[in-house]
Amino acid sequence: MELQITWFVLWGVLWAVYFMLDGFVLGTGILHNVIAKTDGEKRVLINAVGPVWDGNEVWLLTAGGATFAAFPTTYALMFSYLYTALLLLLFSLIVRGVAFEFRGKVESATWKKTWDVAIQVSSFLPALLFGVAFGNIFAGLPMDANGYHGSLIGLLNPYGLLTGVLFVLLFTVHGALYLSVKSVGELSARAKGVADKVWPVLLVVAVAFLAYTKFATKLYDNYLAQPVLFIVPLLAVAGLVGTRLFSAKGATLAAFAASCVTVLMVAATGVAGLFPNLIPSSLDPAYSLTIFNSSSSPYTLKIMTAVALIFVPIVIAYKIWVYRIFRAPVTEAEVLNDTHAY
Amino acid sequence: MDVLTLSRLQFAATTMFHFIFVPLTLGLSVLTAYMETRYVRTGDETYLKMAKFWGKLFLINFALGVVTGITQEFQFGMNWAEYSRYVGDIFGAPLAIEATVAFFLESVFIGVWIFGWNKVSKATHAVAIWLVAIGTNLSALWILLANGWMQKPVGYVLRNGRAEMVDFLAVVTNPYGIIKFVHTLTSGYMVAAFFVMGISAWHLLRKNRIDFFVRSFRMAATFGFVAAILVFLSGDFHAVEIAKTQPTKFAAMESVWETQKGVGMNLILLPDPQNECNAVERLCIPNMVSMLAFHTPDAEIKGLKDFPKELRPPVQPTFWSFRLMVGLGTFMTLAALAGVILSRMKNLENRTLFLRVMLLALPLPYIAAQLGWIVAELGRQPWIVYGVLKTADGVSKAVTTPQVVGSLVGFTLIYSLLGAIDIYLLAKYARKGPDDDLSGIIKPATVKGA
Repeated sequence: MELQITWFVLWGVLWAVYFMLDGFVLGTGILHNVIAKTDGEKRVLINAVGPVWDGNEVWLLTAGGATFAAFPTTYALMFSYLYTALLLLLFSLIVRGVAFEFRGKVESATWKKTWDVAIQVSSFLPALLFGVAFGNIFAGLPMDANGYHGSLIGLLNPYGLLTGVLFVLLFTVHGALYLSVKSVGELSARAKGVADKVWPVLLVVAVAFLAYTKFATKLYDNYLAQPVLFIVPLLAVAGLVGTRLFSAKGATLAAFAASCVTVLMVAATGVAGLFPNLIPSSLDPAYSLTIFNSSSSPYTLKIMTAVALIFVPIVIAYKIWVYRIFRAPVTEAEVLNDTHAY
Repeated sequence: MDVLTLSRLQFAATTMFHFIFVPLTLGLSVLTAYMETRYVRTGDETYLKMAKFWGKLFLINFALGVVTGITQEFQFGMNWAEYSRYVGDIFGAPLAIEATVAFFLESVFIGVWIFGWNKVSKATHAVAIWLVAIGTNLSALWILLANGWMQKPVGYVLRNGRAEMVDFLAVVTNPYGIIKFVHTLTSGYMVAAFFVMGISAWHLLRKNRIDFFVRSFRMAATFGFVAAILVFLSGDFHAVEIAKTQPTKFAAMESVWETQKGVGMNLILLPDPQNECNAVERLCIPNMVSMLAFHTPDAEIKGLKDFPKELRPPVQPTFWSFRLMVGLGTFMTLAALAGVILSRMKNLENRTLFLRVMLLALPLPYIAAQLGWIVAELGRQPWIVYGVLKTADGVSKAVTTPQVVGSLVGFTLIYSLLGAIDIYLLAKYARKGPDDDLSGIIKPATVKGA
């Protein structure tokens, strides 16, 4: 029992951390052709995420792997039910990964322009698709004794789309602030400007999302049963407000930190509302996938808990070390002189 | 075609494509790390240039290895949901551990290696590439333990309508998985060795940078020869393990139809699955197959006829893949040995014929590795988990034919395009040769008469 709850919490943490870390990389990609005007500026953008994007993406693989190991039934059904959406996600992640590596490898304007477009599209699509997928999970998937009754078009319902838009805007602001911290001069100012401009739109969509969630999902049931949980969405709101306040003061690093809190807490808000479901059924609660009916055996969960307890802190420790090494802003001069940079 | 056939096709295509990049990554990370270590210890800048040059090729290749790896994880849930549900309790664990223990390591430190030339000390920088190499190799360990479990399921019971893990230690010490890991890892080292030797040979034939490429060649030849010996040794133990645990695969590999003792190996042999016999059997080495199978000359080998037809793997592809793999392995071992000897003598750059052979040999270990996977995976059919779950019962129920057709077409297009770009970039940078500009790496004060 407790192990299943432990793994539910870990499952939520893995997704939340993934969104926080890859969120700003996706945001950077979404803004790739918006913020940067010249080739040099584009290279600054790519090099700003260069040292960390790969390690950040692994949180997704770990979230996927943890779902597989801890809740295999959910893993199996979620991945096969959302087949086409995941396929598009997969293609985007493939293209984004090689785009970073390949863009600078040939000195040709057409070559670079192609990869620039690829970076933007393959960053926008995952942000949208993750939102759509999670919106639909919050609302529940149409499944009963006869299996799944949904389709890709069915996923594009208003609530799913609204969540998709929320994710895109969230990551855009998140990425813009990261870039503002990681670059200097006019580029940094331009990035901050974008964050400030998108923020009000994000606020409106976030409020709409919170309101619509009341009607489209049962997420609030948990909150009403345990009002103390309201602290999670409140922290999300506090992060969102803090983002704007810090940015207004010109404290972009603090604004980015607030944005990290927002992303973490938005994910946590959804996860806390789902409990004990991993995927609720929108047709009949009896067919919801819960942590109790879809989990691994206690033995496997015990082994996995031991592995997580030992290795996750180690991973976090060396990741912090790496972020410290690369904490300085990236400048155009530095990128142009470094034969190794992207 | 149905979802099952299409999903099998897709799995074969995406896995084999993934395994074009992985073996080189396994070996080239170790070679690059060794080169950089030599630089840190000796201060000889040629080693630095070597690490940079081969490291750049490593990176181009690494990118595709990583992104095609994501497909592998997703695919189990997408196309093989019933399999994932049935064995997730035991199969999911190594995958999750791989991500946590190995994948983080390589992905985080590859960033330090690429971007850290001026940000960390020389020694730390070399440690970063070692951590990448260790992460990559550990990745292979966990994946092959997972695959080893599909080949020889251990440490589980069938309970609650699925396979549940009862003995984690048995899973991580599964001899099938361990031996498969050693065999796969060392064959990856051979891929890297022949890659470095082949490209070095190309430059030496053109008399480019002789010192640089002779040194690279020599290092790779030694590495490749040691790896080749280990490939053979592990291959031998692997065959024993297969004969013990997967008699149908072993019989198909050797095309043995009748159960008998003291089976000999025919150097010339044509299987005839239609008539359940061999059409041609010539040049027999007595008792050789029995020796291979159980290390005893008169051991009994179970023939394919002892198994119902529907439980036999396809004989022709299993048999021919195995033969060709062993043949290529033998040739490459000799080629690597010749490489060790000739690169230690003077005038490697003048041995034109040998260099041409080594250039042409570049793709051979790739082919051998793919053939090895055909033996392993096709030879396991019709089982997805040997003796426990049939491949046909592992496929997703919720997935439709158009979805898999769409994804297969998508994968084929994207993978072909990326494969072509990758080869183009590898060729471009391989041809360009090493970069003499170390300004991005060594701060002016420390440059010594370059």
